[in-house]
Amino acid sequence: MLQDKDRIFTNLYGQQPWSLEAARKRGDWDGTKAIIEKGQDWIIDEMKKSGLRGRGGAGFPTGLKWSFMPKQSDGRPSYLVVNADEGEPGTCKDRDMMRHDPHKLIEGCLLAGFAMRAVAAYIYIRGEFHYEADVLEAAIDEARSAGLIGKNACGSGYDFDVFVHRGAGAYICGEETALIESLEGKKGQPRLKPPFPANVGVWGCPTTVNNVESIAVAPTILRRGGEWFAGIGRPNNTGTKVFCISGHVNKPCNVEEEMGIPLKELIEKHAGGVRGGWDNLLAIIPGGSSVPLLPKAICDDVLMDFDSLRAQRSGLGTAAVIVMDKSTDVVRAIARLSKFYKHESCGQCTPCREGTGWMWRVMERLVRGEAEKREIDMLLEVTTQVEGHTICALGDAAAWPIQGLIRHFRGEIESRIDAYHGVQQVAAE
Amino acid sequence: MPKLTVDGIEVTVEPGTTVLQACELAGKEIPRFCYHERLSIAGNCRMCLVEQEKAPKPIASCAMPAADGMVIKTDTPLVKKAREGVMEFLLINHPLDCPICDQGGECDLQDQSVGYGKGGSRYDENKRAVKDKYMGPLVATTMTRCIHCTRCVRFATEVAGVPELGAIGRGEDMQITTYLEKAFSSELSGNVIDLCPVGALTSKPYAFTARSWELRKTDSIDAMDALGSNIRVDARGPEVMRILPRLNEDVNEEWISDKTRFAYDGLKRRRLDRPYVRVNGKLQEASWNEAFAAIAKGLKGLKGEQIAAIAGDMACAESMLALKDLLAALGSANVECRQDGAKVDPAHRASYLFNSTIAGIDQADAILIVGSDPRHEAAVLNARIRKRFLRGNVKIAVIGEKLDLTYRYEHLGSGPAVLKAIADGQHAFAEALKGAQNPMIILGQGALARPDGDVVLGLAWQVADRCGLVKDGWNGFNVLHTAAARVAGLDLGFTSAGNVDGILTGAQSQAIKAVYLLGADEINTANLGAAFVIYQGSHGDAGAKRADVILPGAAYTEKDAVWVNTEGRVQLGRRAAAPPGEAREDWAIIRALSEVLGHKLPYDNQAALRRRMLEVAPHFSAVDRVTPAAWGVFGVNGMPNDTAFQSPIGDFYLTNPIARASATMAECSSIARGETLAMTGSDD
Repeated sequence: MLQDKDRIFTNLYGQQPWSLEAARKRGDWDGTKAIIEKGQDWIIDEMKKSGLRGRGGAGFPTGLKWSFMPKQSDGRPSYLVVNADEGEPGTCKDRDMMRHDPHKLIEGCLLAGFAMRAVAAYIYIRGEFHYEADVLEAAIDEARSAGLIGKNACGSGYDFDVFVHRGAGAYICGEETALIESLEGKKGQPRLKPPFPANVGVWGCPTTVNNVESIAVAPTILRRGGEWFAGIGRPNNTGTKVFCISGHVNKPCNVEEEMGIPLKELIEKHAGGVRGGWDNLLAIIPGGSSVPLLPKAICDDVLMDFDSLRAQRSGLGTAAVIVMDKSTDVVRAIARLSKFYKHESCGQCTPCREGTGWMWRVMERLVRGEAEKREIDMLLEVTTQVEGHTICALGDAAAWPIQGLIRHFRGEIESRIDAYHGVQQVAAE
Repeated sequence: MPKLTVDGIEVTVEPGTTVLQACELAGKEIPRFCYHERLSIAGNCRMCLVEQEKAPKPIASCAMPAADGMVIKTDTPLVKKAREGVMEFLLINHPLDCPICDQGGECDLQDQSVGYGKGGSRYDENKRAVKDKYMGPLVATTMTRCIHCTRCVRFATEVAGVPELGAIGRGEDMQITTYLEKAFSSELSGNVIDLCPVGALTSKPYAFTARSWELRKTDSIDAMDALGSNIRVDARGPEVMRILPRLNEDVNEEWISDKTRFAYDGLKRRRLDRPYVRVNGKLQEASWNEAFAAIAKGLKGLKGEQIAAIAGDMACAESMLALKDLLAALGSANVECRQDGAKVDPAHRASYLFNSTIAGIDQADAILIVGSDPRHEAAVLNARIRKRFLRGNVKIAVIGEKLDLTYRYEHLGSGPAVLKAIADGQHAFAEALKGAQNPMIILGQGALARPDGDVVLGLAWQVADRCGLVKDGWNGFNVLHTAAARVAGLDLGFTSAGNVDGILTGAQSQAIKAVYLLGADEINTANLGAAFVIYQGSHGDAGAKRADVILPGAAYTEKDAVWVNTEGRVQLGRRAAAPPGEAREDWAIIRALSEVLGHKLPYDNQAALRRRMLEVAPHFSAVDRVTPAAWGVFGVNGMPNDTAFQSPIGDFYLTNPIARASATMAECSSIARGETLAMTGSDD
């Protein structure tokens, strides 16, 4: 269990003000200039040493990502873009960070931006986060007035500014290239890769897109050293992580914990346990709506990190733990997620545009049992026809929850089909 | 240069080539819907997925740059399954209405479904239905059939430069629309019909009139403007059913203008299908013999110089040469093809050609447009200038009207004074031309068809001479014509010293007593005075109204004919349908008349006529090619007047007798003029 001294987000619950003064008391903006003076290579090296993997879901090593940015400009400026379009159902960690601890993010923007030789950071914030955007803008103003960002940021001689851009509430704009399109004022549709943003990003310039949490933890890592961060958690799954626990638990919460904490311990210690006790658990979606769910048997001893969950054919995703007890209609729950992906598909590429609607319609029938059993395998095949065939990962995200459902709850679906046909027979007699 | 392996075949490709192109080089066919050579890459249909060794998932070959050492497989079970999957997704919401769809028989979706699909459907849900959109009188929409490839959107935005098409909504509710459901205001809008891989966008005038496999297809040349766009005329029996573009990289690439594509219904209306003779002030139907007799009577006793001939904008080279020979036999040199009086110099071929060639626009890095509205005078050529503009590093300037040409340009002024300043080196753009690698001037008829046209020509020559427009391997002096017949007429010497004004003033002063109009409808017929007028042509337009004798001729789709475009490119048009009624091919009419007049022309068939043509203009032997013209000194030194340049195209849709007879063009014209309110999709 994470000790208090190793906690990064010390104001995650908003017990203290978010202001610059309070943030400084918590240790933010402490020695930022000294870190900058150590140079770009040192920062990237330290980030690599920390083993930090991107907190937006995909888990790509952050230090490595930063190192892809050009060391020598070809005349184009470089940009840092912070993905604050937190839209994954079940996920609400970035929201609390921006609401209660915005200066961690702003300081992170400066350090990350400096490390990748960026001239500015754009924080693309979800449109619904109205209050958070206000806080963030006020915090940026504070930091700018205090000379922490802007010209000669922190007295380091480096010019760097931070801007907030409000989205309009489309889930797809959380995909990094769709986010870039949206930031440019276009319809939010993912771009083809290659070229990758590090070559051609915002306005055709080299760009790195990072999740809020990845950027917000960077200053603390750089202050305390990459080895400190790497010492927490398990190899290749290091550091602390903010988990969002929601659903059928007694005390839903956001909590910062060590990577690799057992799922059961996480829920029992921090969320007051499953409603009606652990034995009342049906299944858990461990990483936000797009990862496959896990039945109780796996939840009993699975560890919460990238590799452990991957081994169980699920994923850590955004670490949004959605708990479902035995009162849950699990087929309906997944059908609701299918509807979400059908609604949020951008419509650009064929498999996702057509496949999400098809999958949702079959799921709706499966909820009622109004189907043939062979359709379960057909649905599974349709999910594989979508998965891996699309421009961005939304197609995968739409396919995985259904695959998880069929993998672990095929019996439940089949019994519904039986029940439906049984009822039909009675009615016909 | 990247070297990669496609299905075990090693190919070396140019840097920047895509995997799809590399596969084609290796002889592997890759199915696709959204990919199009002339549009940006969208990568959204996912039909072109192929397997790349070591890649975790299949890659979209259209969007992936070919890299050294890539190992690509296009015939594996994974690729087959991916294609079947995409095909199935495309079809689940596509209606099964092929029997009533105009795309049937030439539909990419049909063809690829047969080639790469599974043959059955597992989709038991309801299909999507999408409300049709209004896109104007030319493009019919059945949006339920749309597969969202966005080719039309990319064409409108990139090639046409009129970003009025786009997609609204998302997911399966995404719809292609003109947003406000207005007519698509481009002169190239019909090309989206060819681009649409399914039957979502089809031709409105052609709707439900024919199936593609029952049409007789004839490769021919367009005569609606001076570009000589390569076209295919599809006819059934005697009727032209539709006109489509043919690929010619040097001329029209694969685009044609809406006038070229849709004016064909004018071929069926207001046709002159029998001879007429004016008796007691009224035109009366007559036989060929009666008409020829009336002409013989009308010309009787006239001296050669009292007879003149004017050729119209759609006259073919054969008929002009035959008429010139006939008038020469009658002792007259009063022949003229410049209906608008454009002051080009027939003695210098370089003075009236688009010397850099149309493809030369791709190389130009400074373009000065003088007195021309290329968007309406030659819409396809304008798209080529836009293509050049989009590539960047080109300076474009206009002297003349300030119009929306679909690309940014610098407006230098509206009259000849600016041109003179450039010629005298007193204008900044002179430096831009001098500093350019391949500078170009495009001189429109708006600059030449005016009283001081010869002085303007002289100024343009000075600009070309002093700003380095003509150098080794490059001639940037370009004249953009508006008439399909013009360059052939000039090449064949169908001109007289007094230009068209000489003939018309002669007619008014009774010095000229008989005028032979060969499809000439763009002159002011009131200026023909009391002359005896013979009109030979296809349509009952201005010339026929004034005529004393009417001889029914063939339209451009109804004869084998030589056309020379604004570059001087000699091209062969072919007969796609027979002329209606008693109408005949034009050269044959003149040949028959010559016999009645007692001056029998020495050619009995078209081959003999074409041999005669080579005597007059030897370069006509180089079919489909441009014979470069020698540079010389032309134009007149003097002071131009300061009237502003004005394009001769008043209404793009109504520039010639065929277009004026077309109901489709009339509707386009009225919409372009804002006369009728656009209908919305729910109104019809």
